[in-house]
Amino acid sequence: MQIELRILRFDPERDQKPHEESYKVEASPMDRVLDLLHKVKYEQDGTLTFRRSCAHGVCGSDAMLINGRNRLACKIRVDQLKGKRITVAPLPGLPVTKDLVVDMDSFFAKFRSVQPYLQPGDPDPERERRQAAEDRAKFDDTTKCILCAACTTSCPSFWAQPSYVGPAAIVNAHRFIFDSRDDAAEARLEILADSDGVWRCRTIFNCTDACPRGIHITQAILEVSSKIVEHHA
Amino acid sequence: MLFRYRGSEGMLAWAFHRISGVAIWAFILLHVLDIWLANVNYKLYNDLLSLYGSPGGRVLETALGAAVLYHALNGVRIIVMDFWPAMTRYHKQLWYANWVLFTVVGLVFAIQIMAPAFGLQAPFSFGG
Repeated sequence: MQIELRILRFDPERDQKPHEESYKVEASPMDRVLDLLHKVKYEQDGTLTFRRSCAHGVCGSDAMLINGRNRLACKIRVDQLKGKRITVAPLPGLPVTKDLVVDMDSFFAKFRSVQPYLQPGDPDPERERRQAAEDRAKFDDTTKCILCAACTTSCPSFWAQPSYVGPAAIVNAHRFIFDSRDDAAEARLEILADSDGVWRCRTIFNCTDACPRGIHITQAILEVSSKIVEHHA
Repeated sequence: MLFRYRGSEGMLAWAFHRISGVAIWAFILLHVLDIWLANVNYKLYNDLLSLYGSPGGRVLETALGAAVLYHALNGVRIIVMDFWPAMTRYHKQLWYANWVLFTVVGLVFAIQIMAPAFGLQAPFSFGG
């Protein structure tokens, strides 16, 4: 079948503002949007610019706004989108570098700000740090994040206030705050108790809906909020 | 982006919460004004109250009741999720449960407010 792919394009060297361009491509229902973008790039317009790496939903580099919702181009199939017209645009809320490529520096700066690495308080043991299965289960969900930014850039609180640390950073803080082997939870909770921290969440659930890994992001954010309240009580 | 992003139930619940919040705030401004009139010009105050009792005024009053009811019910939904984060997994079900309650309770209020506009007796009498 033939699909009309409407792509929001922007070349900073040529365009004043982004504009939509339409491409007709032959597709099968099992093709992914990434396959269609490849067809456009390889067969119709080599200047089309987008990020992709593993192409299998693991690296998180091809998150974009597809039919009005943030998704990974390599995970969403044509048959799942229902219809013969597909719109593709860059992730909302981040500066566009070119076409579907956004500048993710601020996103990764926020990720780094929550100290997303293990900080054990005790000296290094001779063997691995052991952890009970039930302790591991507390943060199992938030270990799945691939930093694609689909969640943060789907959040209206982030659109309104770009200084908001955002769902992805909170998810990655959650992963260590609830890790029994870590000893820096208090520092992270202080960072997230800031006015640009967890309190900007308005339980809108766009982040949870957008996450290609199915992480219960809003639950993680509210668990961190509760922990901050507990910490300050 | 706010109007172009296709959010699901969670985004709609939030948008309605904000819209109903602004509507309630606008009514409170009006209410402060009419209560102020009771002291400075009671005749105008009485005229305004009779406007509230007109069919058009009753439609607006019903809309206000709907805004207050939705805002209250969704507020409880948010509180439930704040206290028990695991309930976020059922946020859609909670929202649909809100609509069931909204319909049942809202209908009673709507009939009570709108009945006189159709020349009918309101189901509950408050001694008026």
